[in-house]
Amino acid sequence: MKLPAFEYACPATLAEAVALLAAGDGDAKLLAGGQSLVPMMAFRVASPALLVDLRKLAELRRIEITGEAVRLGAMTRWRDIEDDARLDTAHPLLKAAVAEVAHYQIRNRGTVGGSIAHADPAAEMPGIAVACDAEIAVAGPAGSRVIGASDFFIAPLTTALAADEIIVEIRLPAWPAARRWAFKEFARRRGDFALAGTALFYDVDARGKAFNAHVGAIGVGDRPQRLAAAEAAINGQTVDIATSERAGSAASAAVTPQSDIHASAAYRQALLGTLVERALQSACA
Amino acid sequence: MKNTFIGSPVERREDLRFVRGRGQYVDDLEPDGLLYAVILRSAVAHGRIRSIDASAALRIAGVHAVITAQDMPDGPPIIAMRLQPMPEFKPFEQPVIAAGTVHYVGEPIAVVLPDTTAVGEDAHQRLARHNEPVPPVTDCASAARGDRLLFEAQGTNRSMTFTAACGDTDAAFAEAPYVRREKFRVQRHYGLTLEPRGVLAQWDAAKGRLTVSGAAKVPFFNRRILAKQIGLPENAIDMVENDVGGGFGARGEFYPEDFLIPFAARHVGRPVKWIEDRRENLMAMNHAREAEVDVEIACRRDGMILGLRGHADVDMGAYMRTNGAVGARNIAQFMSGPYAIPNIRITSSLWMTNKTPVGTYRGPGRFETDFFRERLFDMVAGDLGIDRVEFRRRNLIPASAMPYPFATITPFESKDEIDSGDYQVTLDRCLAEFGWAEKAKLQGRLIDGRYHGLAVGCFIEGGAAGPKETARLEINADGSVSVFMGSSAVGQGVETVFAQIAADALEVPMDRIAGVFHGSTAYVSDGYGAYHSRSVVMGGSALLDAVKNLHEAIRGEAAKRWGCASAEIKITEDRIGGPDGRAATFATFASLSAEGIFLNKKHTYTCGAHAAHVTVDARIGQVEIVDYLTVVDCGRIINPMTVRGQVIGSLVQGLGGAMLEHLVYDDEGQLLTGSLADYLLPTASDFLNLRAIVTDMFPSPINPLGAKGAGEGGIISAGGIMANAVANALSAFGVEPRELPLTPPKIWEMVQKGIPGSGLWPAPERHREECDRPLNPSLPAPAGPRGRSGSAG
Amino acid sequence: MQVSFEVNGNNVSVDVEPRMTLADCLRHMLRLTGTHVGCEHGVCGACTILVDGMAVRACLMLAVQADGSEVITIEGLSNDDALTPLQVSFRRHHALQCGFCTPGMIVTAHALLSEEPDADADRIREVLSGNLCRCTGYISIIDAVLDARAAYKKPAP
Repeated sequence: MKLPAFEYACPATLAEAVALLAAGDGDAKLLAGGQSLVPMMAFRVASPALLVDLRKLAELRRIEITGEAVRLGAMTRWRDIEDDARLDTAHPLLKAAVAEVAHYQIRNRGTVGGSIAHADPAAEMPGIAVACDAEIAVAGPAGSRVIGASDFFIAPLTTALAADEIIVEIRLPAWPAARRWAFKEFARRRGDFALAGTALFYDVDARGKAFNAHVGAIGVGDRPQRLAAAEAAINGQTVDIATSERAGSAASAAVTPQSDIHASAAYRQALLGTLVERALQSACA
Repeated sequence: MKNTFIGSPVERREDLRFVRGRGQYVDDLEPDGLLYAVILRSAVAHGRIRSIDASAALRIAGVHAVITAQDMPDGPPIIAMRLQPMPEFKPFEQPVIAAGTVHYVGEPIAVVLPDTTAVGEDAHQRLARHNEPVPPVTDCASAARGDRLLFEAQGTNRSMTFTAACGDTDAAFAEAPYVRREKFRVQRHYGLTLEPRGVLAQWDAAKGRLTVSGAAKVPFFNRRILAKQIGLPENAIDMVENDVGGGFGARGEFYPEDFLIPFAARHVGRPVKWIEDRRENLMAMNHAREAEVDVEIACRRDGMILGLRGHADVDMGAYMRTNGAVGARNIAQFMSGPYAIPNIRITSSLWMTNKTPVGTYRGPGRFETDFFRERLFDMVAGDLGIDRVEFRRRNLIPASAMPYPFATITPFESKDEIDSGDYQVTLDRCLAEFGWAEKAKLQGRLIDGRYHGLAVGCFIEGGAAGPKETARLEINADGSVSVFMGSSAVGQGVETVFAQIAADALEVPMDRIAGVFHGSTAYVSDGYGAYHSRSVVMGGSALLDAVKNLHEAIRGEAAKRWGCASAEIKITEDRIGGPDGRAATFATFASLSAEGIFLNKKHTYTCGAHAAHVTVDARIGQVEIVDYLTVVDCGRIINPMTVRGQVIGSLVQGLGGAMLEHLVYDDEGQLLTGSLADYLLPTASDFLNLRAIVTDMFPSPINPLGAKGAGEGGIISAGGIMANAVANALSAFGVEPRELPLTPPKIWEMVQKGIPGSGLWPAPERHREECDRPLNPSLPAPAGPRGRSGSAG
Repeated sequence: MQVSFEVNGNNVSVDVEPRMTLADCLRHMLRLTGTHVGCEHGVCGACTILVDGMAVRACLMLAVQADGSEVITIEGLSNDDALTPLQVSFRRHHALQCGFCTPGMIVTAHALLSEEPDADADRIREVLSGNLCRCTGYISIIDAVLDARAAYKKPAP
């Protein structure tokens, strides 16, 4: 399973990288961690004519925490997130999700930007991005723009990125200390793509009622999605067993997953409902 | 000095290179002038190849040649079967390369010979092939319908039916007060090895010698096959066994590549190396296990089994491979396992389908039958209101009945019998160590959101296939002894285990055994390799004979030199003493060599019991093992550490087969599980809390070591145990697994069907009327409907 | 193109096609065959090496990406005279049979214990879940890694 031949470039600046992509005329791909792209090339389902290696763009590998946002440079590795103690409080949901990504060796190389651009419907980071209303900052020949997560993921392995655009940063809104959250996924084995998963959070008002519920789902559709019906079942309620059961049922009813060799659509639907229900019951601050 | 290396947990010698990354596997060899071979394989399951146009491929820089069937003027040789080579199978044997028709996705159709594998894969994309696909046969049912045939001339897709019979099942079933009939199915999976296959062939035209590296399992057999196919005398071919990254029955049989690569080396006059990649391995290494059975049991009311009859349909894939009949045959003959069943009639039909051909995988046919049989036993025990342990006890073959004959199998008539064992003892030991009496109270209970289930089952494991093995000892200049074995290494530690046996028999320290050299045809005159857990029994016993012969040879040589009779020569450890104070050491007889053999026609039967405690999250179908105990008695234990490693390793493979692994095809005969992301192997976090106890209570009477084969017992029971444990955990839902693997979605679906009001509650099946009430009124009626048959769970 | 990096303490410079993986470069150009290739798609872990101190899958890295890096393979974690603590422990616990997964297991375990000498059985299992073994059933491997922790513990100040 040797890789097909390609031209290779390793630009020193972002502008250079953009120019190379543009010149590639749709047949150039970015190489970030390579943990998703290289296997695809090994199976020869991807054969770009040019690979543009981003590893010299040091400015893309950083984690910045401000009052407004957690800003992850696109080349930030899962390992960087695991090692950053600030994120235990600055974004515990992100940390919990990253702990589920693949395996130890993959997390040492794989990047946030790579995962977002790859857009596997069962991947954790796209799920976090959608659940948290992330903004994805990209750079292209025409300049920079910001794409909201709900507009970014279109279909399996398909995003709103143009062929000549590079993800520069993912911005997650700042995380209040008292927020309740949970991340739950179920896979055949540890580290496998989830058969279904949920990233959810809600805030609690002075009367103990939930508001601002965000329920994200992965593995149950063409792309990660927020489940408005499940959120509606939570908002304004005390999050107790009854609420979690209702939200779980609403989540289940809201999705139309695919069947594949690993699980039927019916199973995935039921699984999602169970995970949402259990996630709510275990949601912590 | 009386050594006790046998029985000691001696640390392995081979580890010294493996832990340093200094093993030498076939891909580590890179002779000068090497060309690679990249095999173009069929992308359709069934079709006619009209032509392959290699011209564009040959224009790629670095592509030296492309070989097809056209390069074999007498037509591509056919690979003859090694085991059960019956004339009925001949029409279904595999040609080394497709010529005219392809029968499975993955079948070799051309060999590209490039400088590098990468260039070879590039060339594949330039090979223009013109196929005419034909609708494929993708399962036993459609094979049986016969409207599409793989081999038109044969008029059928059925290559054979075996029958195992003893007693009179018609009479037994006619009289039985209780019968139950069920269908079960095991999925296609295989003995995937972490190191994919590889062959390196070097042809010395000047000497007319062919050297083939990458041999494993049965190098001598394979040399015989290759010699005939390639038109060379056997002694012009060396098969070299390097380090081997696992065998499990799958690696080492004669595959098409075992001809194609040596053929290519002669064709281009350069060394040629082929290394299988994982995508290929999934579609080209022998598949296994796919079988369905329709089986019926007859019992007395007290649970004594009167008879077992039924029919198995076994999916063979597209060709009869060298050992392809073994699993199917074993299903018929060994369905009874360690249980005394007086009347048996099991037929096993072998169906050709347009899928990867089938060979063996550890415990061939035995994993399948233990699933079928132990599931049936739990169902029957439930119907009869008899405790499941008690039911098994009543039917285990008693020790007094040894040697105990199996049902006779026809054709290729073979009788087999169990050599020794007391199955009550291993069962007792298992139950006691497991804590069955206490834990059984948890059966079916819901605690903290999880359902608890326990299962127990007994197994036997056949080993020590004959007919022969050879060992050779040679004294080195420094007086140390080198051991040469006809046995093969597949990771089981032969370099250490045979050194232990040799050191004990020679009564010398282990460091006087310079090394154990295995497998390669250059080492002994005639070797038989590693399969059917035979290495310790066959190789070890041959080694004992070699020691005896070496001592004879030393005595003879000393007597000659000292002018006395050999009876006057005394050998103590490595010192040789003669009359009048004459003395010498082994070093004096450097380069003296002796061979030993062991001939055997009987099998050994290792026995034991498994017990498991699982919990199930019924809402998502997830299963966790709380405790899983395997008790195995393998007679004389050479190295308790390595045998325990075999049991645990084998058990985890069995759990993979029970819960995870599945080679899935679609209706077009395309293999959907094309990577390790889809073919799921057990990882370190999947199966926890496993225990193994290995005992030596029942030595085998059929070999001088008293040993028995021990490589396969762990795997054999896993399917039946896990399925019974899950069934017992979910008895509230009437869950009755009838097929593997037990995936979370499957378990969930069975639970859904069992939930009252879900509209899916099936009607109970008809039994003999007398059995509709529990026979033991003091036991509570079982929850949920009983006695469903048919394949729907 | 020319790529220069450090392997097991030695500087090397090789001329590779961009498409050559680091695994193939190590095995075939540098003849460091201790790193094994089991799947070429990043699942089995047999190819695990250390790059700049971190355990990575060599089959998923291009050789050209290693330019300027420090690479350590199983050969760099071994010596001729004595076995290292992990190697001793693997042998003692019979944590290998065919040996094919072993270099990847040892490199990964070494990386883990270097960072987390107190890793417990759950953590070790979690980390090693990215390394497939077909022979041992893993229990002896986990035991071996647990037993080797003592050698990685930092002495008290």
